[in-house]
Parts: sequence; C-alpha cells; structure tokens
Amino acid sequence: MSLQSTETRRIPDRLGTPLKSAIFSWPSLLIVVAVVLFVVNSLASPYFLSPWSLSDATFNFTEKVLIALAMALLIIAGEIDLSVASIIALASTMMGLALQYGANTPELVLIGIVTGLVCGAFNGFLVTGLGLPSIVVTIGTMSFFRGISYIVLGDEAFKGYPASFSYFGQGYVFWVFSFEFALFVVCSLIYYVLLHRTNFGRQVFAIGNNDVAARFSGIRVERVKFILFLLTGLMSGIASVLLTSRLDSTRPSIAVGWELEAVTMVVLGGVSILGGAGTIQGVVIAALIMGLVTFGLGLLNVPGIVMSIVIGALLIFVIALPILFRKFRNRRR
Amino acid sequence: MTSQKEPKIELSGISKSFPGVRALHKVALRLYPGEVTALIGENGAGKSTLVKTMTGIYQPDEGEIRVSGKPVVLSSPHAAFQAGITAIHQETVLFDELSAAENIFLGHTPRTALKLIDWRAMNARAKSLLSEIGAAHIAPETKLKELSIANKHLVAVARALSVNAEVVIMDEPTAALSYKEIQDLFELMDLLKRQGKAILFISHKFDEIYRIADRYTVFRDGEMVGEGLLKDTSQQEIVRMMVGRAVDQVFPKKQVTPGPEVLKVVGYSHPTEFDDIGFSLRKGEILGFYGLVGAGRSEVMQSLFGITKPSKGAVRIDNEVAVIRSPAEAVEKGIVYVPEDRGKQGAVTGMPIFQNVTLASLNKTSKHGFLRLAEEFKLAREFTERLDLRAASLDQHVGNLSGGNQQKVVIAKWLATKPRVIILDEPTKGIDIGSKAAVHEFMSELASQGLAVIMVSSELPEIMGMSDRIVVMREGRIVTEFENNADLKPEALVRAAAGIGEAA
Amino acid sequence: MSQFLKLREFWLAVLIAALVFATNMRAPGFATPERFAGIVEDSSILMILALGQMVVILTRSIDLSVASNLALSGMIVALINKAAPGIPVPALMLIATSFGLLLGALNGLFIWRLGIPAIVVTLGSLTIYRGVIFLIAGGQWVNADAFSSSFVAYTRIEFLGLSLLVWYAVVIVIAFLILMSRTSLGRSFYAVGVNPTAAVYAGIDVGRTTFYAFCLSGLLSGFCGYLWVSRYVIGSVEVARGYELTVVAACVIGGISISGGVGTVAGAVLGALFLGVINGALPVINISPFWQMAISGAAIILAVVLNGRGAKRGQRLILKNAEAAA
Repeated sequence: MSLQSTETRRIPDRLGTPLKSAIFSWPSLLIVVAVVLFVVNSLASPYFLSPWSLSDATFNFTEKVLIALAMALLIIAGEIDLSVASIIALASTMMGLALQYGANTPELVLIGIVTGLVCGAFNGFLVTGLGLPSIVVTIGTMSFFRGISYIVLGDEAFKGYPASFSYFGQGYVFWVFSFEFALFVVCSLIYYVLLHRTNFGRQVFAIGNNDVAARFSGIRVERVKFILFLLTGLMSGIASVLLTSRLDSTRPSIAVGWELEAVTMVVLGGVSILGGAGTIQGVVIAALIMGLVTFGLGLLNVPGIVMSIVIGALLIFVIALPILFRKFRNRRR
Repeated sequence: MTSQKEPKIELSGISKSFPGVRALHKVALRLYPGEVTALIGENGAGKSTLVKTMTGIYQPDEGEIRVSGKPVVLSSPHAAFQAGITAIHQETVLFDELSAAENIFLGHTPRTALKLIDWRAMNARAKSLLSEIGAAHIAPETKLKELSIANKHLVAVARALSVNAEVVIMDEPTAALSYKEIQDLFELMDLLKRQGKAILFISHKFDEIYRIADRYTVFRDGEMVGEGLLKDTSQQEIVRMMVGRAVDQVFPKKQVTPGPEVLKVVGYSHPTEFDDIGFSLRKGEILGFYGLVGAGRSEVMQSLFGITKPSKGAVRIDNEVAVIRSPAEAVEKGIVYVPEDRGKQGAVTGMPIFQNVTLASLNKTSKHGFLRLAEEFKLAREFTERLDLRAASLDQHVGNLSGGNQQKVVIAKWLATKPRVIILDEPTKGIDIGSKAAVHEFMSELASQGLAVIMVSSELPEIMGMSDRIVVMREGRIVTEFENNADLKPEALVRAAAGIGEAA
Repeated sequence: MSQFLKLREFWLAVLIAALVFATNMRAPGFATPERFAGIVEDSSILMILALGQMVVILTRSIDLSVASNLALSGMIVALINKAAPGIPVPALMLIATSFGLLLGALNGLFIWRLGIPAIVVTLGSLTIYRGVIFLIAGGQWVNADAFSSSFVAYTRIEFLGLSLLVWYAVVIVIAFLILMSRTSLGRSFYAVGVNPTAAVYAGIDVGRTTFYAFCLSGLLSGFCGYLWVSRYVIGSVEVARGYELTVVAACVIGGISISGGVGTVAGAVLGALFLGVINGALPVINISPFWQMAISGAAIILAVVLNGRGAKRGQRLILKNAEAAA
C-alpha cells in the first residue's frame, strides 16, 4: 500500500537478500545438526576420523539416497511411491534369473535397470493413466512386485554373480572413494540441477502446489508425473544393481522396509509431505545425518535396531520442534 | 416494521485483527426478529470475518455480542449453535456422503434411552421439517451428494429450523442457483420471516437485496459505514457508502473495427454439458457470453481450452482445423483461458509472482530447458507493470495478494505467452472495484491491439459495457446472439437467458 | 434390492463366496463349516486391526504404526507373563490394551496438537516402537516354553464350536457396528472425513475426533498384541513386521476410501476375510504359499482400480433439463 504514492511503481525483484534467506533455511539447520553429530562422533570414537572407516560408512546409505533423490521429486509433486524397495527385490530377482541363463555383467545391469523402469512405468500408468491415488496403488504394487520375487525364489536365493559384477557395490573409483559414493555424488548433482535449475523442476513444484492450476497453465501434469514414477523406478533399478552386487546374492526379502527409510530421508530433508516444497540439498544432508547417526552408534556397538529409534525420533522431533517453538513464542506474546 | 423492536442479536464495537491486517474495526450490527438485514460491502470489507465471528470460528479482539439482550461469548461454533445462531454458507458446506436427515441433525441427533442415535425418530422429524418448508420431495434417507444445490439449501434451512435457530446467516446463498431456484429460496425466506427469525443476508446483487431485505448495513474496509431501512434510501446512496465515493459505472470500451476471423466453432457438443455450440470470433473483438450460472458457458470454454473432450464439432483457427486435446495444445495454438475459480485453477498461490507469470512461457525464458532467472524476472516485470500490479516484490507469494492482484498475475501469465484468443471467465468476480476497472481497461486495450477476446460474465452491466456482440446460453445451448448497440435492452438479455416469453 | 446391488460390500461378499466355491471345486472339502471357521479364526486379528485402521482412514489420516504397536504391547505382556506367571490373563489383556491405547494417544497428540501429518508421525513411531521392543527385551525372544498355559489358552478355548479368538473379533465387530452407526462419536468420524470445514460448523472438534481415532486404533492394536503373542506363542522384535500394510490393504479391498469419509464396518471385515480366504485357499489347491503376497498385491490394485471407476460417475447434467423440456 505504501507503493501507491510513488510515481514509477517499479516492483523490486526480491525483498530479502538471498544470503539471509539461505542462512535461515532448513538445509542450514540440517548442516548444523550434521556438524554437531560429526564432532560428537569424532570425540566418542577414535576410529571415526579414519578415511577408510568414513568410506565404509557411506555404504550404508548411498543406495537409499539414490532412491530418496527420485522420491523427493515425487513427493514434491504430491505423489508417493511405497513400492521402491519391492522394485529393488524384483529387479534383483530378474538379474538372478538372467544369471541362471548365463547373462554377463553388462546384461545383468541392463536387466536390473529395465526391470526398474518397467515397474516405474506400471506405477505411473496406474496413477496417471487411471487417475488413482498413488499411496494405495503403490501399497498394492509393493506387495505385487515383491510377491513375484517370492513366487520365483520361495525361500531360496540366487548366488554366484560374476566377479566383474561385484565392482558396482564393492569397487573403488579412486583411493577411498567407492563407486557407490561416486555415483551418489553424481546423481545428487544431476537431481539438484533437474529440480532447481530446469523447466521440468519448476513444473514439478507447480504441480505439487496446485496440480489443477498447473494443468490450467498448460503443463502436461500426467506426463510430468509419469516421468517422475519412471525416474523412481530407474533409481530403484540402479540401487538394486548396487545392492545385489554388494551382497553378492538375491533373496526375496532384500531391502525390506527401505521405502519407509527413503521417505524418512526425504521428509527429514525438509520436503513437505503435502507436496510443493523441498530441496535436494536438504535431502542429501539428511541422508548424511542418518548415515552419521548409524555409523557413530555402530562404532559404539549400539545395535542397528536401536538406531531406528533415533532415526524415528529425529523424524518426529525435527518437524515438531519448529512448531513447538512457534507455539511457545505466540503464547508469550 | 417499527424500529422500536428489540434486536434479536446485537454486535457492538467488534474488532478483529490478523497479523498485518485489520479485518474489523469497532463494527456494529443489529438483526431484528422477523426481518431480513442485508450486509453489503465489497470483497475484503470484512463481511466473512464478521460471519466467522458470529458463528464462533473467530474470537473478536474486543467488543460485545448480545443475544436477546444478554451478553454472550461465542467461544466455539458449538457455542454459537447453542446461542441459536446458524449459518447457510457459500456453496452450502454440508456432508455429501451423509443422508439428508443426518445433515439436518448432526450434532443434536435424537437419542434413544440408551443414548444411542435414534434413526427412526431422526428420519421422521427430518421428514416433517422438510415438508414444513415445502421440500417434501426430498427423502430423509437420500445421500446429500444426490441432491441439487438448491435442494441442499433446503436441507440447510431445515437444519436451521431443527435447532430452532433464532438468527439465520445466509452467506451468498444465491451464488450457484438458477433464477427459478432463487425465487423459491426467497419464498422460503419469507416463511422464515413470518416465523420471526432474524436473518442476515449477504449478496452482491442489488435486485435480490431489494426483493428480500428490510434493512441494510454497509461495511467498508472493516468498518460499519451505514445502516438503516432500505425503503428510506436509494441504490446510488448505498453504492456511495460502499466505495466511499460516487461511481457512475463507465466502461472503458474502445471502438475497434474487427479484423479477420480468428476462431470459428461449429456444432460443438458434449454428451451432458452442451450441445451444438457455434460462433465465430474476429480479431479485435470482445465477444460476451451471457447466461445464468450453470448455463454451460464455462464448460464450453474449458472444452475449447482442452480440459474436457467434446463429443463432436469442429474448431477452426485462422480457417484451419484445430484439434485441441489438452491445455498445453490450446496454449500452443494461441488460445488461453483465465478461469473463474482463481484460487484453485488460476494461480499457484504457494509460488512467487514471477514464477506464476512465467509458468506458461518457460520455453521462452529458459535455454535448452535450463532456467534463467534474470529472463524470468524481466518477463514478469514487463507484464505485471503493464497490468499495474500492486505487490511488495516479485518473489512474494501470490497467495499473499488481494483477489484483484491475483487475477492480474493470472492474466499476466497468459499475456506473456502472446496469445491470439484470450477467454476470460467471470474476470471481475469477487475483486475490488479498483482492480475491476483495471481489468476492464486492460481488456479493452488488448482488443484494440488485435487480440480476440471472449468474456464470460453473469453481470449485466459488465457484459453490456464491454462486449461487441453477446451470445446468450441457456441449459447448455446457445439461445440467441445480439449485436451490442444502443437498441439492445438489458431486459432482452435477461429474458433470453431465463427462457421467459417462449412457449414452455 | 437395487440399492443393495450397488453396495460394494455385497459384491465383495459374493466374490468371497465364489472364491470359496471355486476352491472347493478343485479341492472338495474346502467349503465345510469347520474349514471356514478356521479361516475366520486366521483372519480375526486382521479384522480387528482393519476396524481400527478404518476409523483412522475415515478421518483422512493413516496409522502406519499399528503393527509395531501390536508387537510392543505383545512383548510387554509376554515379558510380564514370563516374569510373573501368576498374574491372571484378563489383567494382561487389560495391560496390553491400555498400553496400546497409550501409544495410539501419543500418535494422536502429535497429530492433533502439533498438526504434523499423520503419515509422518506414524512413520516415525513405527520405527521407534519397534526399536523399544529390542531395548526392553534385551534383544531376546520370548519362546513358547516361557508362557503360562492360561496365557496360551485364552485365545484357544472353544465356545459353541468357535475359539475365543473368534469370539473376541465378533464382540468387537458388534461393538463397532453400534459405535459407527448409533453413536455421535462414530458419526463424527464420517463427518470429519467427508467435510472437515462443515464439521467445525456443526460443532465437531476435528482435531479431537482425529485424536480419538488414533486412540481407538492404538487400543485395538494393543489388544491384538496379546492375541498375536498368545496365538503364535512367540514374542520377538520381528512380530508382525510389515503387517501395517496388510491392514491398510484389507481396508482398501473393503472399499474404505483413502481420501476419507467413506467406508463401513462390513467392508473392513470383508476385506480382511478376503485376504484370509486367499491365504487359506492357496495351500489347499497346492499353490505355494509364496504366491500369497503377489495375489494380495494384485487384489489391492484391482480394488483400487474398481473404486476409481465408481468415483468418476456423478457429473453435473446441464443438458438433461433441456432434453426433458423439449
């Protein structure tokens, strides 16, 4: 209203400086948490700061982050995919089957990735083609995909993957930097650019904020969502290659419960579960935090299941604290 | 109708502020038994805040509410309910999946001795309530979603009667009703008056206000600026109170000689929504679509824009057959659509202004699919300044703007795509008078620059003030088409739209 | 009657009957009352959990923590029974139920008071509750020989040819029929789900109603904790892992709309029974039990597809009036 009187009504681009808003953003808060965890860990255990043990620590979250990256886009667009872990199982099973027919390493990788894409396309078709709610659809395909693995494998396992195949999950690109870690860095960069620097990413945000208005603005909402499901399937396929290679075996129970861990990473990373907001930076740092917690507690010989308490509590309290703080402040006023 | 009567409910000195906004400032309102009071004011004058205060949704910062002379605190919707205040809302917010009887009695259902819900008694009482208001045709067991909007209103009124509400608030109840249904509603309001209810009636339409109301209260910018008996005042006087200055509605229509034909629609049909729609549109022309709400105008426009699929018919753009299967294809072919429902379909309210403006033209501001923020700001500035947008900054969220400024953002988004045909669906509905004038002026300027404009409007002054030609639709079909010249009488439009004066 | 044919519960019942009949063709002797009673017994716990989940889904939320809640409540009574076999079983049932209620109320409080989406809260509590099992049990299992005989018996004693487990489910189903159709709380669950805004105007506290839904879901999960441990005679971290999604699946198959406000007690019960019949039928017709997961997955997908088709009808008919007048 104060602008009314001025002669040339030139509206400024921005009010705050980008730096100021960056400092008070969710990723910055997460960085602080990560740094604190890092310091605590290095004080708690003398082994923590060794490059090789840090490198080992990356293995327990890189495969999950790959899924979380694609899941972040999907959740920002207002959808969800709970079938990711089952896609991993199915892709791994298909690779195992191909192995029985003598497939070589490139063929195995191709089969894993194509299976992921097919599963993603199936989800995408059900959600965008038939207009069904993704949460229920993917609860269904979650049972369905893993169910196929059980039909194929029962309580057996596929083993004996070729030696060259083990590179993806166990190999090192340079010194302590594993192939998995390198892929994690590359994929994080790609997804950062895709979400924050391209037209596609902008459309994802618009759809998540208001998919009707997005459609009315000429955005091909179904196509964008379909691509997102495809990407999630693709990342699950890639994760399946890595995990199968790392474990050197396929069981139908592979990666059980990962869908919830991936969602936890995404939400902890500041992506709104209701869609429309979030950053890749946040998701990556959240993944690092979860990795640090798991690794740090592991060094202290705390069993894995207890870490899940910490992760679960982290998820709730990291979201609850700002709300509690706001309530408290309003009450004092 | 003596003013000696005691008011049924009296609000005095009510103030309510939200962070950064003063919604109500020491307002007063009195409603009398057996009388209808019209609450008049522009959007943003504080009407809906007042309604929410009276129904216990908001707590006033200061002031007093008296019901039958006794001070009350309406701490919750339930408290308001118990104080005998009930509201019938815009678009009648009730429960679609529940039965009519349950909609009437939810919150005060008849119970058996064991405190369980007594469905039999509930249905019986619902039946007698419904027949009391002349709605015996509604079976109490019918699910609400199977009823028309008018019938839903009847259920809402039955609900008001079921609690013996003494104060009935009707917040734009006629917005989605047909002419006939509105007349029925007024008869029902007359019945409520005879029963001694105190009624608050909110409407933008003066003919309705003069038909049904006894008193008026005018709000402007959160303050009460006048009240009295309607028979003692004139329409001009009330308008003057509303806007704070006298306005004679002048439309900034420029005379343009229409150019060649841009758009031709032939035999356009849809199985349930419209049939055999045909018209042509020329460069520089403003084509008005008039009709009652629900005549199928928006449905035709949304189909042209690729939202819904027509069953048959053809669209020609520049004399070439055009097949439009999605909004994306419509935009490519130069047809854009400013929807009526701004909040849901028009603006992405959670995103900044500049991103809203560039949303449909990202391929122009980007390079190889990568965003270029500087280009986006440049484009956004160009069009928002042309539209005289009022905002703190271009990265402000659209949701924080007023309705009029949101509409400007939506229009800017489409102009940035350099369209050939722009369809505006109720472009000034619910926006303040200042923005309204800006939109009208801009529409006229666009036409004079050679854009072809279709304007769907239910407001007679707007349609007659802005259009070159006027198409009238009724029940999904085109009834007639008028040249808009000095000979055209508004009555002719109304008759055509309502189907009066034809063999029934 | 035509109204009846439109009910999806009716068709689901027909489908279940057809399934039983078809199985009987392949393996005569399947469609006997004893076999069917066995299937009902196998689905009892799922039915009870599905009813709790239904109430939550009606209010537009979801409770992913039910299986963890069940496992934790079950572990607590298992440990108590192991340490003090003298404590009567009804008291243990009460403990499991109250503890489940407490866990459900915790979820509900976060959702009601802080406005955090239910899926986030219960995703968190799912992992926390399961972690706590490990802590209180010190990573140990409670094995069959650790339980007192009455602890195990209280789901097995037969009454009128049916085990107590089935009778618990019957009582709870009847209680839910009354709750959902004859009490204001039951109707509030529907009202809140159909139209939260209008519910506020009708004097219903939306947050509180959602809170009660989570309490109810937690309470039933806690009770099922005892039932599960008693029936399968084991207490461990792995009890019912992943079962929350089976519960949601039963609801979806039973026609309970994930967007809230639509669903019936009969639907939830039949949805659970459907999964139970499939589980029961597979071994009888010599299909490996490993098919079960894929089949229930396919059933969910099919149910959602059919639901979606039903929802698309009911458009506005503008032209109809004109045609009637012409």
